[in-house]
Amino acid sequence: MTLYQRRQALNRLVLCLALAATATGLFWLGTILWTLLTHGVSALTADLFTKMTPPPGSQGGLLNAIYGSVIMTAIATAVGTPVGILAGTYLAEYSRGSRLAEVIRFVNDILLSAPSIIIGLFVYEVVVLRFGHFSGWAGAAALAIIVIPVVVRTTEDMLRLVPDSLREAAAALGAPKWHSIVQISYRAALQGLLTGVMLAVARISGETAPLLFTALNNQFWSTDLNGPMANLPVVIFQFALSPYVDWQALAWGGALLITAVILTLNIAARVVASWSSVKK
Amino acid sequence: MTVLSPARPTDALPPLARPVVPTDRTQVSVTAPTTKVEIRDVRFYYKKFEALKGISLPLYDRRVTAFIGPSGCGKSTLLRVLNRIYTLYPEQRATGEVVIDGRNILSPDYDVNLLRAKVGMVFQKPTPFPMSIYDNIAFGIRLYEKLAPAELDMRVEEALQRAALWNEVKDKLRQNGLGLSGGQQQRLCIARAIALKPEILLLDEPASALDPISTSKIEELIHELRSDYCITIVTHNMQQAARTADYTAFMYLGELIEYDETAKIFTKPGKKQTEDYVTGRFG
Repeated sequence: MTLYQRRQALNRLVLCLALAATATGLFWLGTILWTLLTHGVSALTADLFTKMTPPPGSQGGLLNAIYGSVIMTAIATAVGTPVGILAGTYLAEYSRGSRLAEVIRFVNDILLSAPSIIIGLFVYEVVVLRFGHFSGWAGAAALAIIVIPVVVRTTEDMLRLVPDSLREAAAALGAPKWHSIVQISYRAALQGLLTGVMLAVARISGETAPLLFTALNNQFWSTDLNGPMANLPVVIFQFALSPYVDWQALAWGGALLITAVILTLNIAARVVASWSSVKK
Repeated sequence: MTVLSPARPTDALPPLARPVVPTDRTQVSVTAPTTKVEIRDVRFYYKKFEALKGISLPLYDRRVTAFIGPSGCGKSTLLRVLNRIYTLYPEQRATGEVVIDGRNILSPDYDVNLLRAKVGMVFQKPTPFPMSIYDNIAFGIRLYEKLAPAELDMRVEEALQRAALWNEVKDKLRQNGLGLSGGQQQRLCIARAIALKPEILLLDEPASALDPISTSKIEELIHELRSDYCITIVTHNMQQAARTADYTAFMYLGELIEYDETAKIFTKPGKKQTEDYVTGRFG
């Protein structure tokens, strides 16, 4: 075998391995989606969106859980996004070469990879125990703590992609730094920033562990953030583990719903991110 | 090498300028140049590295001064001192004095944003902001003046006219500036700089990323603007320096080797190094 043939053969081998690895990854993703669809689609009725979580053996839906998830996710995003964006802005725009920034970046990375159950326990300790009861606020707080590091990271990364030449051009016109950040950097990085927020929403909308310790669950309709609040992940957790077939069916429906929402958010994030490539 | 220097002064010659060759008498301009910027013993440091080793020279009002020299000689660095843009980077610092209209702009109490309104800069790569053509121009104006919409429209048009871009963009002012061609983007950046009515224009290799046609448009523009501004241009292209500049400074390794009228630098340079460089023997 000549050297050239050997190189060609090696190339084919590596290509096959790469294809096989890709196929393996896609196979499991496909299997998960297929299982969810086959089990969950029958639960996707109007009842799912209009009725409360039922006691075992009776008709019901997931309305209170959907509401709880939406409201807690919304509050967590509303609280976590500005904090994350401002912190990311500090890291990318203000902290050139500073020691403090390196420490913050390191701590943020730890927070980013911290198991979410630990964040749940933390909020349980400082909020739930102090107030003496589980609450929607505590759940939102736990989710917000998860949002922050995700947004900090994406904000910093996206702002770093904004070329320094734009900052110099703005400064050369005499624009103060904050003005150049708000008018130029944010504008240039807008798609990236939005993508980061969407990814953070996708991340928290499936979190179960932190909510188990904080919002817990509520089988009734409740809009009171001071009390325990129903939410999709915990309901799925509880219903899927139960011995009741109708609860299990609802859990499948909820799981399908969450997956569909996260998938949509991820795809939307990609679409939004692809707009930015037009702006080269 | 032929030199097409547009016009040059006869009487009250600046200290560094020498008598004009008689054949050029026909193009002599009536007014003598006045010093706009006085650079005195400027040294510049990137961390420990000394990039400028004591540069002193005057820049004249309503004249174009070109800085030439091999890469890394410090010509862009010197330009970046003149509007203190280097202060964006904490590891860079400059010493010495740059006196504009009697005040040392390097002194910390000189307001850097007001300085930059007076000293406009155009960079090597076109840097349109990610916004409409109109807003690209209005961005700078809005920083300093609160104008009625009609007035702002006029100022934007005026700047685009001056930059010879108006006819190409007047029907698409609301479109993104990033959609323009490279040459148009660069003229947009020049328009953006002159919209602030600066007194000094710093051009850092403004045509090096452009095709020959766009380059000649930029050069024509420099020629047009010359009558109103003190223009400083850094260039790698010696023909460009010869075509556009009244005065040329040759720099090498952070030092000013020679500074004189462009014709002189390109025909009878005083130093061997300059001659070697302009004739392409090194650099």
